Amino acid sequence: MATYNTNGFKSGLKIILNGDPYNIVENEFVKPGKGQAFNRVKIRNLKTGKVIDKTWKSGESVEAADVVEKDLQYLYTDGEFWHFMDAETYEQVGADANAVSENKYWLKDGDTCMVTLWNEVPILVTPANFVELTITQTDPGLKGDTAQGGTKPATTETGAVIKVPLFIEEGEVLKIDTRTGEYVSRAKTS
Amino acid sequence: MRQLIIQRARILYDIRAFFYQRDVLEVETPALSQAGNTDPFIDSFQVEAEGGTRYLHTSPEYPMKRLLAAGSGDIYQVCKVWRASEVGSRHNPEFTMLEWYRLGFTYHQLMKEVEALLQSILTSAHENSRFVSYRELFLEVLGFDPHIANNSELQSSMAQQQLDVMGELDHTAMLDVLMTHCIEPTFAKDRLTFVYDYPAEQKALAILSDDESPVAQRFEVYWGAVELGNGYQEQTDADMNASILQSDSNKREAKGMTNIPIDERFIAALRQGLPMCSGVAIGLDRLLMCQLNKKNLQEVISFPWTMA
Repeated sequence: MATYNTNGFKSGLKIILNGDPYNIVENEFVKPGKGQAFNRVKIRNLKTGKVIDKTWKSGESVEAADVVEKDLQYLYTDGEFWHFMDAETYEQVGADANAVSENKYWLKDGDTCMVTLWNEVPILVTPANFVELTITQTDPGLKGDTAQGGTKPATTETGAVIKVPLFIEEGEVLKIDTRTGEYVSRAKTS
Repeated sequence: MRQLIIQRARILYDIRAFFYQRDVLEVETPALSQAGNTDPFIDSFQVEAEGGTRYLHTSPEYPMKRLLAAGSGDIYQVCKVWRASEVGSRHNPEFTMLEWYRLGFTYHQLMKEVEALLQSILTSAHENSRFVSYRELFLEVLGFDPHIANNSELQSSMAQQQLDVMGELDHTAMLDVLMTHCIEPTFAKDRLTFVYDYPAEQKALAILSDDESPVAQRFEVYWGAVELGNGYQEQTDADMNASILQSDSNKREAKGMTNIPIDERFIAALRQGLPMCSGVAIGLDRLLMCQLNKKNLQEVISFPWTMA
């Protein structure tokens, strides 16, 4: 079992705590003039994204997490798993529903996502900040209504329902911010 | 950059002027010694030299006390000191220390002198510093007496404060974590705070009071929550000093740490007679950081550890 000593703590280090993998976000060394030193650390749970505060007595060892982040190409889903491929080695991995969670709505065939693998199993799928998706269903657009601020629901090719301006028509390709799920603009057609 | 080196030079000038006016003599002592600091919470750098291992000093305390025992009178020193594996926003393994000793001073008198020096440098400091005992602080912030609380009371206080610490903590370490995590952040930002009379087991080389439940006659000085220095009513008894160094050395051994030879020349000097005195050490890089209102020690050192 690989371990890290608190002396080697730095942001970006991946550790295991209570059975979950964490990423060190911030590490602060505290020590009174006379006495015990501590590491005050902010860590992010790589499964849930939640950030918590934790203190270690300096000199303690912590189990290292075999966590890597890879840019992988999304291929398809069979309903149970979402399959990704390493474009260089052609190796494929399947991420389950927990790993893709709500991000499944931003996965489009051929797009590259960041996949976090723990012991080679995907635990988190992070799509690019912006994706371009085709609208497959929305109410008819209102011609000439480009200045009004109103919105309407629209369904994307991936099944996400987003709010779009009233002038958007079915079949249009839109740029969407995956972090907020919001419409950004019409995609630039080359 | 230029502003920084000017300010550092200015502080050194002010310190020398301060002690010149008070007739305290500047001295130098060796940075590389054959013996080292046996404190189990401090790591020394070792240097392989002809004739054996040498230790970079972690403070100039032992040789300065040898000078005092030899009749130097009041002395101060500004020097680089080294503490291995202490890196962070408040720590650089190589840092500059101001240490001074005053003959005939009680530690309360020395606190007033520290206040005078620091207020002349931290000009924005409120003129009324706070002087508060370790016990009062714990009672005020956490509601218990640190000198009589047992381990389970400390554990429940930590739980109440939602302090979740990995690793086994003994009594002193629990007090330390409550101090650094819960009490220090409550210190007023615009003034100096002096904390005095520490638990007996944190005495280091300080004298214990002869009360029914003795406390260590020690103090620490803070600017806001930043600890700037540590002062002592110095233990002058040679046997007491020898037994403290030996028990520290035993703790190092129990923890599986590097064995550091005890400074026998220091003990021998104490047998000649160390006059009643108080001494204090101030971290000058932290003082500069506070004066310039910086958050990180690395910002006030021209070439910090990773750039050195």
